[in-house]
Amino acid sequence: MTSMLEAYSAITGADVIHHLQQLAKSLKGKTVVHVNSTRVGGGVAEILEKMVPLSRELGLDARWEVITGDSEFYQCTKSMHNAIQGDRVTIPDNLLSHFEEVNEQNANQLRSILEDADFVFIHDPQPAALLKYCSNRKGKWIWRCHIDASHPNRKTWRFIDKFVREYDASIFSLSQFVQLLPHPSYIIPPSIDPLSDKNVDLPQAELDSVRVRFGLDPDAPMIAQISRFDRFKDPIGVIKAYKLAKQYIPTLQLVLAGGSATDDPEGEIVLEEVRMAAGNDPNIKILQLPPDAHRTINALQRLSDIVLQKSTKEGFGLTVTEGLWKGKPVIGGDTGGIRLQVINFHTGFLVNTPEGAALRIRYLFNQKQKMQEMGIKSREFVRENFLLTRQLREHLTLMVSLQHGVIDRIDLS
Amino acid sequence: MNTTNTSPNRDIPHFVLKDCTLIAIATNKRANTLKEFRDHIENLGLDSLYYHFWANLLLPRFEEREYINDFASWVRHSLSDAKLAEQLAVLDPVTFNNPEELRYHLLEYIDDRLEESEHLQWFHATQRFEFLRSQIVVFDTQTKVSEPHQMSDLIPGMSASSVFYHFIDARRRTTDKIDDFRHWLALFGDTYQPLIDKLTDIDPYFTSLVELRQQVAVTFQKYFAEQAL
Repeated sequence: MTSMLEAYSAITGADVIHHLQQLAKSLKGKTVVHVNSTRVGGGVAEILEKMVPLSRELGLDARWEVITGDSEFYQCTKSMHNAIQGDRVTIPDNLLSHFEEVNEQNANQLRSILEDADFVFIHDPQPAALLKYCSNRKGKWIWRCHIDASHPNRKTWRFIDKFVREYDASIFSLSQFVQLLPHPSYIIPPSIDPLSDKNVDLPQAELDSVRVRFGLDPDAPMIAQISRFDRFKDPIGVIKAYKLAKQYIPTLQLVLAGGSATDDPEGEIVLEEVRMAAGNDPNIKILQLPPDAHRTINALQRLSDIVLQKSTKEGFGLTVTEGLWKGKPVIGGDTGGIRLQVINFHTGFLVNTPEGAALRIRYLFNQKQKMQEMGIKSREFVRENFLLTRQLREHLTLMVSLQHGVIDRIDLS
Repeated sequence: MNTTNTSPNRDIPHFVLKDCTLIAIATNKRANTLKEFRDHIENLGLDSLYYHFWANLLLPRFEEREYINDFASWVRHSLSDAKLAEQLAVLDPVTFNNPEELRYHLLEYIDDRLEESEHLQWFHATQRFEFLRSQIVVFDTQTKVSEPHQMSDLIPGMSASSVFYHFIDARRRTTDKIDDFRHWLALFGDTYQPLIDKLTDIDPYFTSLVELRQQVAVTFQKYFAEQAL
């Protein structure tokens, strides 16, 4: 077994890796190309960084290509991203034309790689139009939508739809996010990488240093929400829940940590509202962290007794997965992919209000044994269902499936 | 059939250990009310029926399994109808001659309930039901055994999905609607009938696959330990 497979085997168990190896046999030597719009930063890049080398170790000829564009292109794709998530934004026609031009330029650069590949995975809307400019493609093309597309802005969706309907298949994270397309839409939830800085085990000294850096009391109970300062993440609701719970747990500490809001005008407004709501309470720490503060985030999740993700709207909610992986019960909003991960009385609690969150915080601090049991279950739940190896297994299954056509049983034995 | 080659001493094929993986595919059929739910079931592909009755056993879940199919669970939790949920939960696909018979009984229960309860005709579910279907990919693990006692060592090392394939999926694909272990043991005539009876007692629907593996393994181990005395 190679070093990377060995490293994952130590976490997932050898049977999981063996399973991947068996499945990959029928795909040995196949060329697989993943295309997205950034090499660094963001969930897609984090997954591809490991998925591509792992695929290679399993015998596939996998590679990762990144498209390039100018600021106008990214302005367009940012609006597109928001519109697919339901924002009522209108993207000017000149930007949409530019979107196609940039895709054409990238197709000119990548054409031979893409047209020769057996499988091409196009991630998110940015490179979605590449297919239009690869008319001699010989392999199967799959559009991977990482966004909650359940209620898209119709005009924007019609624009994207004309490109993605030409693909051989699409992948959505949840069945609720699927749009009607004339090809099979596979359901593959995302995953976390247990060996990344955000999720790897940390030495106690590093945890202690993060605790000291942010002035956290090691003897006081702590809850944390690690999320953008965004209304849909309901940070104000988290503060309300904290204040209600604090009446019963006076030493309770709350950490609200998110990215810097300087490039997001609405984020700045929300951050200001959060500061106002927190007032002068010294036990509430509002932290703005740089985008590469993965180990700090990891440490904060590990230092917490309970992780919160009290969203009112959520895609999959990988911060929930991360919290569960650290053996913490999660109190999460009853929405989107959080429902798939937070199972009442097993991995945490689903809540609809700050009052509900406060009640569950009180319950867990009163039932320390239960909290511990839930933490153990949470980690195992993620190990079995939401690690990178599971996502890779489903990608391999999808490729086998596309090779054999849409039949419900494929026997490779 | 999961058997191939033959044991050197008997004309009985080896038990070939297989594994499987399953992937979910959207059907774009969704229900917000019991009426919509009923109408979709009437025209639902058999692969989708399979998914909601069987394949869900491979999905994330915990040991306490309230209902053994997705339909019953949705009716209970999103329509809050305990009566219909209980009726749907009792439906076991192996007790029907074919999937169409299963569909007929599903529709019978739903139609009766729609007739009985006026509010269920318009009541909007708290969560939409998403009908899915699945594809299963089966592969050979390159492991096989020729003697039943070898199962005692083999089963504890099986993956959860292999347990699903041999113990649950087998009931759908074999003519006698039993798991692959019993099917194979029966080839030895009456020799292993007491072991077959013990395996028959295992109800696979209320435990996780890992626990099911443990139950099956212990059944084999106990049987052969007693035989050795």
